[in-house]
Amino acid sequence: MNANTQTRAAPGAPSRLSPKLVLGVFLVLLAAAPLVLPEFYVTLLNYVGLSALVALGLVLLTGVGGLTSFGQAAFVGLGGYTTAWLTTAQDLPGWLAFIGSSPWFTLVAGLVITATVAVILGSVTLKLSGHFLPLGTMAWGISLYFLFGNMEFLGGHGGLSGIPPVSLFGYELVNNGQFYYLVWCFVLAALFTTRNLLDSREGRAIRALKGGMVMAESMGVDTSRARMVIFVIAALHACAAGWLYAHLQRFVNPTPFGLHIGIEYLFMAVVGGAGQVWGALVGAGVITVLKQWLQDILPKVFGSAGNFEVIIFGVMMVIVLQRARDGLWPLIAGLVPVREAQKTIDPAATPLVKKPQPPMGETILEAKDVTRKFGGLVANNNMSLSVKAGEILALIGPNGAGKSTMFNQLSGVDTPTSGDVLFRGKSVAGHSSREIAGLGMSRTFQHVRLLPKMTVLENVAIGAHRRGSKGVLPAAWRLDRDEEARLLREAAVQVERVGLKDFMFAEAGSLALGQQRILEIARALCSDPCLLLLDEPAAGLRLKEKQALAELLRRLKSEGMAVLIVEHDMDFVMSLVDRVVVMEFGEKIAEGLPAEIQSNPAVLEAYLGGV
Amino acid sequence: MDAEIIAMLGQDGVTNGAIYALLALALVLVFAVTRVIFIPQGEFLAWGALTMAALESGHFPATVWLLVGCGVLTLAVDGFSATGRRSIGRSLLWNLAYPLALAGLLWGLSLAELPTAARVLIALAIVVPMGPMLYRVAFQPVAEAPVLVLLIISVAVHLAMVGLGLLIFGPEGSRTQPFSEAQFELGSLMIGGHTLVVLAASVVLIVALYLFFDRTLYGKALRATAINRNGARLMGISPALAGRLTFFLAAVIGVLSGLLVAPITTIYYDSGFLIGLKGFVAAIIGGLASYPLAAGGAILVGLLESFSSFWASAFKDVIVFTLIIPVLMWRSLTSHHVEEEE
Repeated sequence: MNANTQTRAAPGAPSRLSPKLVLGVFLVLLAAAPLVLPEFYVTLLNYVGLSALVALGLVLLTGVGGLTSFGQAAFVGLGGYTTAWLTTAQDLPGWLAFIGSSPWFTLVAGLVITATVAVILGSVTLKLSGHFLPLGTMAWGISLYFLFGNMEFLGGHGGLSGIPPVSLFGYELVNNGQFYYLVWCFVLAALFTTRNLLDSREGRAIRALKGGMVMAESMGVDTSRARMVIFVIAALHACAAGWLYAHLQRFVNPTPFGLHIGIEYLFMAVVGGAGQVWGALVGAGVITVLKQWLQDILPKVFGSAGNFEVIIFGVMMVIVLQRARDGLWPLIAGLVPVREAQKTIDPAATPLVKKPQPPMGETILEAKDVTRKFGGLVANNNMSLSVKAGEILALIGPNGAGKSTMFNQLSGVDTPTSGDVLFRGKSVAGHSSREIAGLGMSRTFQHVRLLPKMTVLENVAIGAHRRGSKGVLPAAWRLDRDEEARLLREAAVQVERVGLKDFMFAEAGSLALGQQRILEIARALCSDPCLLLLDEPAAGLRLKEKQALAELLRRLKSEGMAVLIVEHDMDFVMSLVDRVVVMEFGEKIAEGLPAEIQSNPAVLEAYLGGV
Repeated sequence: MDAEIIAMLGQDGVTNGAIYALLALALVLVFAVTRVIFIPQGEFLAWGALTMAALESGHFPATVWLLVGCGVLTLAVDGFSATGRRSIGRSLLWNLAYPLALAGLLWGLSLAELPTAARVLIALAIVVPMGPMLYRVAFQPVAEAPVLVLLIISVAVHLAMVGLGLLIFGPEGSRTQPFSEAQFELGSLMIGGHTLVVLAASVVLIVALYLFFDRTLYGKALRATAINRNGARLMGISPALAGRLTFFLAAVIGVLSGLLVAPITTIYYDSGFLIGLKGFVAAIIGGLASYPLAAGGAILVGLLESFSSFWASAFKDVIVFTLIIPVLMWRSLTSHHVEEEE
């Protein structure tokens, strides 16, 4: 989070304000607002709060998770109409009438209905690649809108009125000033839980969805589940806003749940800064106030009534996306110099449980006659190799020999056309990379895949995803702190082990390429593997760093780790590994000890083109 | 429900479907070349139809002022990023001289007496140039942005255009004269002349597009850009030109669809969106990639719409847009690898 503030903050500089102080001032202002502001502004703040709740869901969904939804207004409608119908309908069957007897029961009912609808819509649309999802959300956004307007029992386009007020401990919230506190309690709770969630094991998985799905899957993160989780959370936020809306207005009709309002919610998230929880608040405030203001003045300017504010909103969005894609929050955050709170690592936390390492010499990975064809091209032909515990095997070959394809067959990113891959005696060909990660195989990538805005520590902690178990709810309410401390401790241990201790809290994207490769090794180690697959780990390293890497790999080997390494640096390979497999044109042309390989005529032919 | 009603609904469905097919083709085209999901397509349809309506009633079409405004804006953007005197000269010609000349011409003409063909040409001449201008101003500066950013910009442009539409056309809807009043009898079925015009125009446009993409250098350049942007750029095809050309074609298709649909349904300033979205449902059936599947999907959408408006008219839009769910489900079942999205 707060990528921007972090880069400018020199931690601990005396001129910076403590985050607790800033938050405290904000809360005091918020609490005092209805006491000092005129009624009109209190009402406006109520609507800002409602919108912020929806926009917050979108921050999680779109800004953090990279899933765009234009249909959130429909979920607001589900929340609003559920409570409206249940609390106003006259002759309901007994159990429905009981639910309708209190708005608090109908809130729960609305959340249950919304979650169900979201799960159904999500399971249909979330698997789709980028642009189909937003188009799908538009479609169901419109469908639900027309359903609200055409259902006889929901009052058609006229809507439902006479919704009772919410009462809290027998005290009815009837005016705007009283309702204000209810709205903002919801908003603050949502802000608090969303921020907590993002700063947790599940949160790291969610933050990996945007731009890190392949990496996250091979670190054992179930990305489809993570997508569903944020989709449902965003829908539930919207539903709660709908419930509040219905009881604030005491009346609902389909208009505020249409697609255009859904688009407006997305605008709020984008204008505010879709990657930041506080951006939702800023965006909701800016758009709501601006809309109010424009609706006042534009009809006077143009001389007729109509929704002319959409012209300004549209133009504003285009400009924001062209000029300041991170939204307004980073600009505002720059004005208030808040000190960045650094994560603490608790060295006393109980270490995570380690899987028992297989005995030295056990065959860990075995590829049998693996063939992979892409159409007519045979990228791998009858490749066989095996790696034992406590052994380093190098896979070398000229460019285009099929090493990376082979790597993908072994790690579950791709499926062999024929042949089999055995991991500790079990066939894993065709299994997902997530399952394979769970068995104890961990890898790095030839083209570094990490989350550049997250710290080194957090990137490494993603590797430990499967070693924790606390889910979304404990994370949202901070019941996961024990486990989180253990995960972070493990991550810190691995960061130190690979020699990146000085960069623990730096953004991963700020590291040199060689260091980023090392970071990937730390992340792989964090998953407690018995086999490491390293794709060109020494590329971009300086001599000293290479020596340190070789030292680390030797140590891992002596602890019983099996390592398969693809590498071009022959000095590095030949002085480090136990055995070498050489590939050319998709086939194995030689296998043996480094010294044998160096004098093998076929290998010399492949590398030097005949001697 | 007897055979006659089925035939009538079928005819309605196919007519609308032909229009959705045109829109779907344009959407597929724009997405393939520029990665923009072209939500404002519907606004070109509505603006075309309403400009035609204004011309028919002899009013000076207010879209001309929009054209002038768009031109000035484009000129300004060109001016800020101009690379040479020649490009500024061209920009002046197309973005300032052309709109003003057109406005002057229309001022001089007595609009009420024009023949239909001239009106069609004028409507095209006014609305179509806004397509490439729109690309220049809104999309070209962020041409390399992720699809989702382009999509949000697209939606923003749509909103702004709907607002402008309300401003210049007002909330009243219009219907235009059909291109043909003839009626043909085929057994017990009456076929309206306009239906035939719509079908013929759609077929002609589709064939023309096919020939354009298959036989002309520019068409091949667009296809190359759609397949591999960087490769095309290395071969000297300017992505900016490809983008403007694509938006030009999309605007032509949009305006023509508007002219074809306006005699069938009353068009309001905001009607384009729903019609365009139905084109989308069709395009999604084709996976935003296949032209024949998209056209087939469009006919399906048209038929579904006309039959559902017979059985449950209040729910016809619900039914059409819910169709997308099984389609998406089928799409999601056929693709199952974890992909990186950008």
